[in-house]
Amino acid sequence: MKNLKIIVLAKQVPDTRNVGKDAMKADGTVNRAVLPAIFNPEDLNALEQALRIKDKYSNTTVTVLTMGPGRAAEIIREGLYRGANNGYLLTDRKFAGSDTLATSYALALAIKKLAPFDIIISGRQAIDGDTAQVGPQTAEKLGIPQVTYAEEIMEVNDKEVIVKRRLERGIEIVKAPSPVVITVHSSAPACRSRNAKYLMKYKHASTVTEKQDTTTDYEQLYQNRPYLDIEELSVNDIGADIEWLGLSGSPTKVKAIENVVLQAKDAKMLTGSNSDIEGMMKELIENHTIG
Amino acid sequence: MANFYTDNKDLKFHLSHPLMEKIVNLKERNFADKEKYDYAPLDFEDAMDSYKKVIEIVGEICENIIEPNAESVDQEGAHLKDNEVIYAKGTQEDYDALVKAGLIGMTLPRKYNGLNFPIIPYIVAGEMISRADAGFANIWGLQDCSETLHEFGSDEIKKEFLPRFAEGATAAMTLTEPDAGSDLQVVQLKATYDEKNNIWYLNGVKRFITNGDADISLVLARTEEGSMDGRGLSLFVYDRAENAMTIRRIENKLGIKGSPTCELVFKNAPAKIVGDRRLGLIKYVMTLMNAARLGVGGQSVGISEAAYREALKYAQERTQFGKAIIQFPAVYEMLTKMEVMLKAERSLLYETARFIDIYKLYNEISDERKLEKEEKQEQKKYQRLADIFTPMLKLIASEYSNQIAYDSLQIHGGTGFMKDFPIERIYRDARITTIYEGTSQLQVVAAIRGISTGAYLNRMRDYEANKVKPELEFLQHTLFRMADEYEAAVNKVTNVGDTEYLDFHARRLVEMAGNIIMGHLLLADTMRDESYKNAAELFIKMGHAENKEKVDFINNINLKEMGMYKRELN
Repeated sequence: MKNLKIIVLAKQVPDTRNVGKDAMKADGTVNRAVLPAIFNPEDLNALEQALRIKDKYSNTTVTVLTMGPGRAAEIIREGLYRGANNGYLLTDRKFAGSDTLATSYALALAIKKLAPFDIIISGRQAIDGDTAQVGPQTAEKLGIPQVTYAEEIMEVNDKEVIVKRRLERGIEIVKAPSPVVITVHSSAPACRSRNAKYLMKYKHASTVTEKQDTTTDYEQLYQNRPYLDIEELSVNDIGADIEWLGLSGSPTKVKAIENVVLQAKDAKMLTGSNSDIEGMMKELIENHTIG
Repeated sequence: MANFYTDNKDLKFHLSHPLMEKIVNLKERNFADKEKYDYAPLDFEDAMDSYKKVIEIVGEICENIIEPNAESVDQEGAHLKDNEVIYAKGTQEDYDALVKAGLIGMTLPRKYNGLNFPIIPYIVAGEMISRADAGFANIWGLQDCSETLHEFGSDEIKKEFLPRFAEGATAAMTLTEPDAGSDLQVVQLKATYDEKNNIWYLNGVKRFITNGDADISLVLARTEEGSMDGRGLSLFVYDRAENAMTIRRIENKLGIKGSPTCELVFKNAPAKIVGDRRLGLIKYVMTLMNAARLGVGGQSVGISEAAYREALKYAQERTQFGKAIIQFPAVYEMLTKMEVMLKAERSLLYETARFIDIYKLYNEISDERKLEKEEKQEQKKYQRLADIFTPMLKLIASEYSNQIAYDSLQIHGGTGFMKDFPIERIYRDARITTIYEGTSQLQVVAAIRGISTGAYLNRMRDYEANKVKPELEFLQHTLFRMADEYEAAVNKVTNVGDTEYLDFHARRLVEMAGNIIMGHLLLADTMRDESYKNAAELFIKMGHAENKEKVDFINNINLKEMGMYKRELN
C-alpha cells in the first residue's frame, strides 16, 4: 500500500464541561479567561482513529491542522506527544470572528496547500459551538465525500475507506472513496495518553512567534532539530480572500445568548404515523407551546 | 482535569528537593546523551521539567484508567487458563496504557530504550499508581527486576532482556518456596549445568510468586549440590517463551486481588545465570529485595494517601446529630493524625529514595571510570544511610498504611464495612504491606545494626546541625531531648549484653528512632515550605509522647519480665 497521508483537524476550545457561574460574561459571550483551554474532546477521538491507522500502517503520516490564536500551538504539541508526525497552526488576526463558513473556507485552502492527502479526520463537533458544521463544510469546499458520525475507521486502502457510523438507532457501515472527510463521534475509543518519549522529544516544539516570546535560549537546538518547528500559516500563505474571512465572511451573527435550565430530562420518540403526529399536536396546543 | 500528580502538592514538593540537582547531574553525566537521543534532557532544568511532565502522564492514567478500574479488578481478579495467567480486564487495560505511554523501563538507560530517570520520579509514579490500585502497583513495580539485570547481568543478558521492558515485558521475582519464605537460605529449587550445551536447567517448585507467569522471571535456585545455606544459591533469568514452567494455581487472597500470586513448577526449564555463581542470595537478591522494600514503602504511602482522602471526603459529607462528623473531636483527631503520619512517612520515603539514588549512581559511574576519593566517600556514606533507612521505611510506612486504612474505615462507620465504598478494598490491600518483601519483624532484624552501631543516633546528630527558624527552635529542642532519651534507652538495652533482650526491645527502639528522624525531616520540610509547620509540630509532639511510653516500658521490662513473656515449644 502507498504511504497514507492523514490530516487531523483539531480545535482548542474552552473547557465547557465544568462550567461555573462566571463562565459567561454579562454581554453573553464566553468568558475564556476562567475556562481552561483544552483539546476539543471529539477531536481527540479523531486523532486516535488517525493514530490507529498509523499503528497498522507505519509509513502513514499524521498531520495536525488547527486554526486559532498563537496559544493553539499547544494543540499541535498535544498531537505530537501522542504520535502525530507534524502540525500546522493556521493563525492570523484576519481570521478572528470567523464562523463555521469562514473557518471551513480557511481550512479547505490550508488543506489544499498540504495536498496530496488521503483522509481528513476531525471530531464531529466542538464543545464551544456544538454546530457540527465545519467538517461537512470543509468536505464540500474540497469537493470530496464526507462520512459523519464515525465510530471506527474499519478499513483503509489506497482507494477507499470503510467506516462504522454511530447513528441514533443503530450503526451503519459505509464505504467511501478517498480522499474523504470523516468526522468522529464521541462513542469512538478515547485517545491514548501522551507518550513519555514523544513528550520529551517534542516538548520544545514551537512556532516562530513562540520562539520570539520565550526567554530560554535554545537557538542551537532548533537549528539541529528542524522537527521542533511548528509551521504557522497566515492568510497570505493559504492565498485566502479576506472578504471571505472573519466577520465579513461570516453570515452567522450571534444576537443574544441566554442561560437555559433544562426542565424535562427525557426525550420523546415519535414515529411518522398520523396518530403519533396528531397526539403530539394536541399536546403542544394544550400546553400552549403553539397556537 | 483531575490528575493524581497535580492534585497532590506534596509530590511536587518532594520531587523538587535541593538534592535533586546532584542526583540529576550524576544520572545524566554532563548531559552527554542529548547528542544521541532526541528525548534526552539538555540541562538540569530541562530534566526536571521532563520528570514533572512525564509524571503528569502517569497521574492522568491513574485518574482516568487505573483508579476507575480498581473495583472491577478487585472483583474479577486474575484467572488461570491453559497454563496461562489471564489478568482481569482492567489490569490488562491499565498495563497496556502504561506501556503505550512509554512508562515501563523508567529507570533503564536510554541504550536499552529506557527513560533513564533517577529513582525519585519512579517512586513518585509508583506512589500514585498505588493510590489508584495498590494491587496493580505490584505489576508496575516488578520492573525493578530490570534494574537487577542491568546491575548484575552480563552484556549478553542485558542486550537480550532489557529492551523488552520498554516494549511491555512483565517481570517476576521468583524466590520463595513452600519451605523457604522469610528464610530464603533454604531454597531448594535445583539448577543443574549442562556443560555440553552450556546451559542451566531449573527443576522444582516456587510458591507465593507475585505475577508468576511474567515474561521475564528472576529465579533463585541452588547451584551447589550438597550446600545447605545461602552461599549455594545463584540467580537465573528465565524466559517465559521457553514454555517449561507450569502454573499450578493462583492463590485466593484477602487483598491485592488483581495481582496474581502463583505456585509454579519448573521442569527442566532452561535459564541463564545472572552474574556469578553463589552470589544469588547474598548479593543479588539482597539488592533486589532492598529495591522491593523501597517499592513497598512507596506503595504504603500511596495506600495511606488513598485511605486518608476517602476518610476526609466521607467525614465532610456525612452528617450525624445535625453536624458533619468532621466537626467532632473524635473524628477530626483521627483525620489530622492520619494526615500528619502520611506526611511524615512520605518525607521518610523520599529521604530514603534519595540516599539510594545517590549511592547507586556512584555504583553505575564506577563501572565506567575510577571514582575520585571524595566520590568514593560519598558512595559509602549514602550506601550506609540507605542500608539503615530502607528497613526503617518499610517497617514504618507499611505499619502506618495499615493504621491509616484502619482509621479511615472506622470513620466510615458501618458503611465502611460494606463493599459500597473503596475503603473496604483499600483496607484489605494494605494488609499485605507489613508482610511481603520481609515482614515488619524482619525489618526490625535488619535495622538492629543501625541501633547497635549507633548509625541512627549519628544521623539524628547530623540532622540536629540543621538550621531552623527561631520560631521552630522549640521543636528542634524537643528532638534533641528525644535523641538523648533514645540514646539512654539503647544503652540500657545493650548494656545488658543479651542479644535476645536486644531483639525483644528492638522494634521499640527502631520506632523511637523513626519518630525522631521523621521529626527532623518534617522540620526540614517546614524550612522549605511553611505549610508543613502544623504537621511538624503535631508529629513531634505525638512522637515524643509515644517515645516516652516506650522508654517507660523498656525501663520496666527487664530480663526477668522478658522471661515471663517467653513461651515453651510443645
